[in-house]
Amino acid sequence: MEHPFAITLDVGTSKANHTGSWRNERPVYVHRLPPCNHACPAGEDIQGWLSFAESGDYEAAWRALTENNPLPAIMGRVCYHPCEGACNRAAIDAAVGINSVERFLGDQAIAQGWAFAPPAQESGKRVLVVGAGPSGLSAAYHLRRFGHAVTIREAGPLPGGMMRFGIPKYRLPRDVLDAEVKRIADMGVRIEYDAKVENIRDAMTEGGFDAAFLAVGAHIAKRAYIPAGEAAKVLDAVQVLRSMEGEDKPLLGRRVVVYGGGNTAIDVARTAKRLGAEEAVIVYRRTRDKMPAHDFEVEEALEEGVMMKWLSTIKNVESGSITVEKMALDDKGFPQPTGEYETLEADSVVLALGQDVDLSLLDGVPGLVVENGVVKVGPNMMTGAPGVFAGGDMVPSERTVTVAVGHGKKAARHIDAWLRGATYDPAPKHELASFDKLNTWYYGEAPKTVRPVLEIARRKSTFEEVVAGLDETNALFEARRCLSCGNCFECDNCYGVCPDNAVIKLGPGKGFEFNYDYCKGCGLCGAECPCGAIRMVPETI
Amino acid sequence: MSPINEAADRNAAPLAPGETQKLKFYQKGTHTVGNRLVDVDDRAVQSSLDRSNALTCGHRACQGCGEALGARYALDAAMRATGGNLIAVNATGCLEVFTTPYPETSWQLPWLHSLFGNAAAVATGVAAAMRVKGRSNVRVIAQGGDGGTTDIGFQCLSGMFERNDDVLYICYDNEGYMNTGVQRSSATPPAARTATTPAVGDEPGNVFGTGKSVPRIAVAHRIPYVATATVADLHDLERKVVKAMSIRGARYIQIDVPCPLGWGSASHDTIRLARLAVETGFYPIFEAEHGKVTAARKIRKRTPVVEYLKPQKRFAHLFKGGVEDPRVARLQAMCDANIEEYGLVDHHDDDV
Repeated sequence: MEHPFAITLDVGTSKANHTGSWRNERPVYVHRLPPCNHACPAGEDIQGWLSFAESGDYEAAWRALTENNPLPAIMGRVCYHPCEGACNRAAIDAAVGINSVERFLGDQAIAQGWAFAPPAQESGKRVLVVGAGPSGLSAAYHLRRFGHAVTIREAGPLPGGMMRFGIPKYRLPRDVLDAEVKRIADMGVRIEYDAKVENIRDAMTEGGFDAAFLAVGAHIAKRAYIPAGEAAKVLDAVQVLRSMEGEDKPLLGRRVVVYGGGNTAIDVARTAKRLGAEEAVIVYRRTRDKMPAHDFEVEEALEEGVMMKWLSTIKNVESGSITVEKMALDDKGFPQPTGEYETLEADSVVLALGQDVDLSLLDGVPGLVVENGVVKVGPNMMTGAPGVFAGGDMVPSERTVTVAVGHGKKAARHIDAWLRGATYDPAPKHELASFDKLNTWYYGEAPKTVRPVLEIARRKSTFEEVVAGLDETNALFEARRCLSCGNCFECDNCYGVCPDNAVIKLGPGKGFEFNYDYCKGCGLCGAECPCGAIRMVPETI
Repeated sequence: MSPINEAADRNAAPLAPGETQKLKFYQKGTHTVGNRLVDVDDRAVQSSLDRSNALTCGHRACQGCGEALGARYALDAAMRATGGNLIAVNATGCLEVFTTPYPETSWQLPWLHSLFGNAAAVATGVAAAMRVKGRSNVRVIAQGGDGGTTDIGFQCLSGMFERNDDVLYICYDNEGYMNTGVQRSSATPPAARTATTPAVGDEPGNVFGTGKSVPRIAVAHRIPYVATATVADLHDLERKVVKAMSIRGARYIQIDVPCPLGWGSASHDTIRLARLAVETGFYPIFEAEHGKVTAARKIRKRTPVVEYLKPQKRFAHLFKGGVEDPRVARLQAMCDANIEEYGLVDHHDDDV
């Protein structure tokens, strides 16, 4: 090339200068575990399905959701949403209303008739599931997806277990329950009703089952000895809630006392109110903050006019009245009797003191260990008897629908592995995407005009009353409030803020790559990533 | 409302003045560079796969250089606005040095460099040449640092303004002569330490009551368009460049570009500091047309000035030994005065 006077070199591009060699730290794209997913007992990928919902693709969102939980319409009503308690957005304004979006997706699925695909291939293995409650249904669904032939044997006349016989209708309408059960049955899961398994060994041998999952609910009410007069009316909570499902509603009278402090006590008190009781009083031996019931349910019950009698135990029940003794908390927080007595008027007393599981079907099973009324299982949910797994209320754990659904999924994965003679090793969990990993500047506040609607959306009970057309707007709005903690949502910030053009945008859905030839390691991409999906790691020589 | 309806709404309603993106319910991506939920056409130039990268890789700016970032933001927006018919004239300074060590260049557009002080005059000449050749569709941008603009090139700049030459002058303001070893310029803020205003004596750092505001001086020239911008608000910056390119005559945009080297800040803090400069009122972001201030960018989360000062070593002497120098209060008063003057905070509404 001819050069002008005094010029000796060709014109070149600065791209010849690989500034990546300056770097002592390199950015890498990572996935961190969103706190909602971390907190979910059913192991849902909440952030994942919200990302579909926020683009308005509700079916994709529902499909992503049901990868882990086949009962979103139920869960969207009865779950105590620990996800929302963990949500990072709470530190900005208020947690994302995950539960209401889940319910919206569940309801959409029922309305649109979205179905689960049957398995592509049959494994030829047969699995017996005992109990058609949340845990059994969840296990059956996941086992069926693995291609196993699944039979559920349910002692009762209808599916749902405690969801039907323990959760009142005002929290879970039965048509929703039936629709979600039917969808699982439609995958080819066989459900036999009024088919109590008396002995698990015999049932497995007779039916030719290769494995079993036991998911019997806690249907037996715990009793406490309370001196009661002959004419006194003392019932238990399981009985009351169960009879709500039958023709003859329980006769509780005008003044109902419920004894206990759990969610079941609240359910009974609210049910009593709905049955027309003038007074429903919960008697509990400790204080409100020590109460095992969820606070929002206590709040809702109070709003409905349920009364609470804290620090009290029932000493005696007569016809038309009860005697309670006042308690005081000692230094350790235990209630101690004070010797002060009081009489309350009561037409009936309902005991809600906890429940036990009927474990008679396990009699004589070698290797199986029962402790404190529940079955001992290993980390793989298998009992001491090979091939017999258990979950839900039967095993030591918190007794909620969500936990039960989680057990069902977990057990199904281990059963599937066990049937193949393998072991299931879950993938290691990502580092938690805690609030300090986020750059929250980039998240907008909710516009004022929308905020009242949003308030309504967060209040579950009123959410039902919002007209149909508004539902989608609310759900979409809520979904878009998700911060996408720890997972790239393709906001282009890294691509935009790099002073060295060292971020390569791969196109929609494909994310980004770093061009380490030019990345100087300044860390701007990591600092300005809203959701904490970039980590700076030291370079090694 | 479905997302489809929202898109229709967005298309139906044109952008209001001061608005960059019409966003509805996009809580997650409202302030980000791009947003997968809005139409491609409505996204920032910087989010686009085919942005021109007018200032491309391999340049020798320091890690986390605010000026390299600001220059690409501005020129890519101008390239799109002019359909690529753009010539840039550069004053001497960091931007010129780190992009064009002979024989390499990082510029992907026609680019000229003459002297430290004459960028505005050269740009005037280029614009005149284009006009004479009947190619007035080719637009001209002059650019330089604050030294080449507020000090050395000031006379040429003022001349360009008063003649209303058809040039957009962009000043990348990093508040000092960073290229030559961090000396004070007339854009260096009070109390800042530079090589020529060392942190020694009774009142260490730059002297209060000195310096000048070239944006205000530009407004006083009554030129068609003056704006300040920041690398912390890309949407605002791009909108201002696009607006400037839609106007003929003399235009001036000054962009706050933090300098990790000169300010003594971490390279990953460049955008955070630019953001804090806005949120504290330290660097008012406004625009003016024909001598009148027409709009100001509101503060989103009002922040005390110490938050801005503390991450910068050039202000470290203000907090020496854990004792706050009384002059911090004077800097806060400066911020408060800016907030008052430009109306950066709405008193009746603390919402965004």
